[in-house]
Amino acid sequence: MIYDAIVIGGGAVGCAAARELSRYDLRIALCEKGEDVCVGTSKANSAIVHAGFDAMPGTNKARFNVLGSRMMEKLSRELDFSYRRNGALVLCFDEKAMPILEELLRRGIANGVEGLRIVAGEELHRLEPALSPAAVAALYAPTSAIVCPFGMTIALAENAAANGAEFFFYSRVTAICRRDGLYEVTAGGRVLKARTVVNAAGVYSDEIHNLVCGDKLTIQPRSGEYCLLDKRDGQLVDRTIFQLPGKLGKGVLVTPTVHGNLLIGPTATDQADKEATNTTAEGLDYAAKMAGLSVPDLPMRDTITSFCGVRAHLVGGSDDFVVGESADGFFDAAGIESPGLSSAPAIGVYLAELIAGKLGAAEKKDFAATRRDIPHLRELPLEERQALVRENPAYGNIICRCEQISEGEIVDAIHRVPGAKSLDGVKRRVRAGMGRCQGGFCSPRVMDILSRELNRPQTELTKSGGESKLLTGYTKEVQA
Amino acid sequence: MKQVQLAIIGGGPAGLAAAIAARENGVEDILIIERDKELGGILNQCIHAGFGLHTFGQELTGPEYASRFIEQVEQMHIPYLLRTMVLDLSPERVLTVTGPETGLAQIRAQAVILAMGCRERPRGALNIPGYRPAGIYSAGTAQRLVNMEGFMPGKNVVILGSGDIGLIMARRMTLEGARVHAVAEVLPYSGGLKRNIVQCLEDFDIPLYLSTTVVDIHGRERLEGVTLAQVDEKRKPIPGTERYIPCDTLLLSVGLLPENELSSAAGVKLSGITGGPEVTDRLATSLPGVFACGNVLHVHDLVDFVSQEAKKAGRNAALYLKCSRNSAELVRLEGKNGVRYTVPQYIDPESMDDTVTVRFRVGQPYRDAALCAWVDGTLLRRISKRILTPGEMEQFPLRREELPAGCRNITFTVEEVAK
Repeated sequence: MIYDAIVIGGGAVGCAAARELSRYDLRIALCEKGEDVCVGTSKANSAIVHAGFDAMPGTNKARFNVLGSRMMEKLSRELDFSYRRNGALVLCFDEKAMPILEELLRRGIANGVEGLRIVAGEELHRLEPALSPAAVAALYAPTSAIVCPFGMTIALAENAAANGAEFFFYSRVTAICRRDGLYEVTAGGRVLKARTVVNAAGVYSDEIHNLVCGDKLTIQPRSGEYCLLDKRDGQLVDRTIFQLPGKLGKGVLVTPTVHGNLLIGPTATDQADKEATNTTAEGLDYAAKMAGLSVPDLPMRDTITSFCGVRAHLVGGSDDFVVGESADGFFDAAGIESPGLSSAPAIGVYLAELIAGKLGAAEKKDFAATRRDIPHLRELPLEERQALVRENPAYGNIICRCEQISEGEIVDAIHRVPGAKSLDGVKRRVRAGMGRCQGGFCSPRVMDILSRELNRPQTELTKSGGESKLLTGYTKEVQA
Repeated sequence: MKQVQLAIIGGGPAGLAAAIAARENGVEDILIIERDKELGGILNQCIHAGFGLHTFGQELTGPEYASRFIEQVEQMHIPYLLRTMVLDLSPERVLTVTGPETGLAQIRAQAVILAMGCRERPRGALNIPGYRPAGIYSAGTAQRLVNMEGFMPGKNVVILGSGDIGLIMARRMTLEGARVHAVAEVLPYSGGLKRNIVQCLEDFDIPLYLSTTVVDIHGRERLEGVTLAQVDEKRKPIPGTERYIPCDTLLLSVGLLPENELSSAAGVKLSGITGGPEVTDRLATSLPGVFACGNVLHVHDLVDFVSQEAKKAGRNAALYLKCSRNSAELVRLEGKNGVRYTVPQYIDPESMDDTVTVRFRVGQPYRDAALCAWVDGTLLRRISKRILTPGEMEQFPLRREELPAGCRNITFTVEEVAK
């Protein structure tokens, strides 16, 4: 079998590329090294759809960010994932720094960002009463938005799968050879052949690129630590609060999430290790301290979890995304750091158009552009919820008490394609275990359902695939 | 909409005892709503002995203790719903419930007893740095896996926190063949009962490291080890004291939080210290017709006291249903100088029982001290105590006859006795 395109990486960019490619009459495969989609950079980030004022005009970052930001609302309706255009403020604490803020405004206008303006003094504090009195002015970006990064990535993956894309998990790409005008991709022990390859391998996109291309890329993994606060604090600010950007990124933000929590972070620490997703006491303290400059007296004791993501920062060159055909039939989406989540849909469209053009593929007549999410019972009006429970009583059996997630939703998550196979897979799809008790109550119950639905003993279940087994065996077992 | 006289949210020890007392006091139409598949609550996973010494003069296991109450509920034909979760409680006492018998439905109750118990603080609440691998469980979750589901969460265990569930699980995991390498406690004293330290740690040679915490978690997929470090008096890790312990399991026993999502959704006033509703000596919350008892109110040390408190809530809910009286002038009870809080937070000297047992915990351990009650600044009575420890609940009986007319405020303190 020869694929028309193999996408390497099941993050937001890879899934967007697969979904956009699946519009065309093409055979598509997606290779993901992990057990599920959305297990790398896409799962641990600020969950922001940036307006697009940060990047320098003319860069890929600026272009795809603004395009992605414009696409996102419609996409969220087509694919049914959580998205809210809540606006953002970039705070300035010093009159002397006003020129930097004005420069940001000019940059944003040059990038085509709509609605930008500078707000100052009373107006600023009226917009967000919880802000530090030290904030003198801010750039207001009404088009900035928040999104569920899992929801978006999984929606793209499901829609790609529904339109024929095949997903291969535990398929780390270790070799790519060019033979007879085709690429032979060695992934998880098997060799797949394809006319084109899309490199959306996140922090590994340098290694994938370097398997094929003469000009080498180097990624500097950069970790960012976050604290997620209880839903009782989700109303503290309505907009996403940035500070004037620094050298290593956009600085520490304070934002509500689409699910109603409050998120603070990230730090920016260069790492030697691409999997350095460990949090540190210093990092979490720093994030809290910096966030406190924007919003004083943050209730950090309401932290329900902390996490760390690693982003793919390209060393040298133009400080930009590498997007396009880097070798004949080999398409890069490399060095996708922030604003990667925002840009992913637009990068997907761009690469799919390039590939379809190259292969002379036509759009499919039967492309299904829409996808429905698993019902969020908690958000439905009582009557609608009652109707669903009558239809399927499993929707009435609450498994996760904090987020009020039912058995029916969890069963749905397991049987979607690609479906949840682990505790974290369930959590990313339906939020069971995402609440304030962090799975203390629901973990054994979700394990029970996973075991039943996947027909696998609980002792084989994992938290997140691989060796992350949840149990070591049964009680009263004789030690071997 | 279905109507009931008295809805009891939770079929654990508090809910069961409250139901029995309400029926004994004449409430016919009671409904217990339990989210698990059987009555008994968390007692069902507490298969160790030690329950019921005060109530029955016997050392019972958790399920045995629960069954004494469940049998009474059955004999009294008190209706209950299982696998049924209360999703919402409105200030008008309309409960939104979901379960196999009811579907998603609403029930209007004339009175409600909150008996939802408490839950464990998760890792996130402590912000322990490191990776987030499999193998980290709260002690109660591990207890359920081992005792109810028959699974071993791991074989080489470190326990953070010396709360009672952690101590009990240290013994349980050892008896199930696991090796418990250490129990680390960030405070300079244990938060658990003395008898549990002796019977669960000392008897099994499990070391308890005080003023010690977990400062790093290793292992990307399954837990591979933890780094412990000593902490200073501000609970900050002391550099140079780190030590690595290989383990595949970390159990957390770092505190319990009364579970009051429903209470706060309904607008019940909560105490910032206990995390539970503020109540009067009748265990009435700030919302008329809504009572609270057990661990939803404050975390108890012994289930016997939960049952006592719940009986009182049941009796008072019955009284409320007979004649809902206007609340009179309430006297505020407060904990100060070592007494962290009191339950109840208010008493009504006009209608109070002859004796009201005021319960609380102290903020730190004391030796040779006295618990004192002060009425409007004047010492009412003192009770000498050889040992006071935060792990054990203290009580102070307040007698109606000893309260002066027109008193406004009663304060409880710890006074250290000079040697």
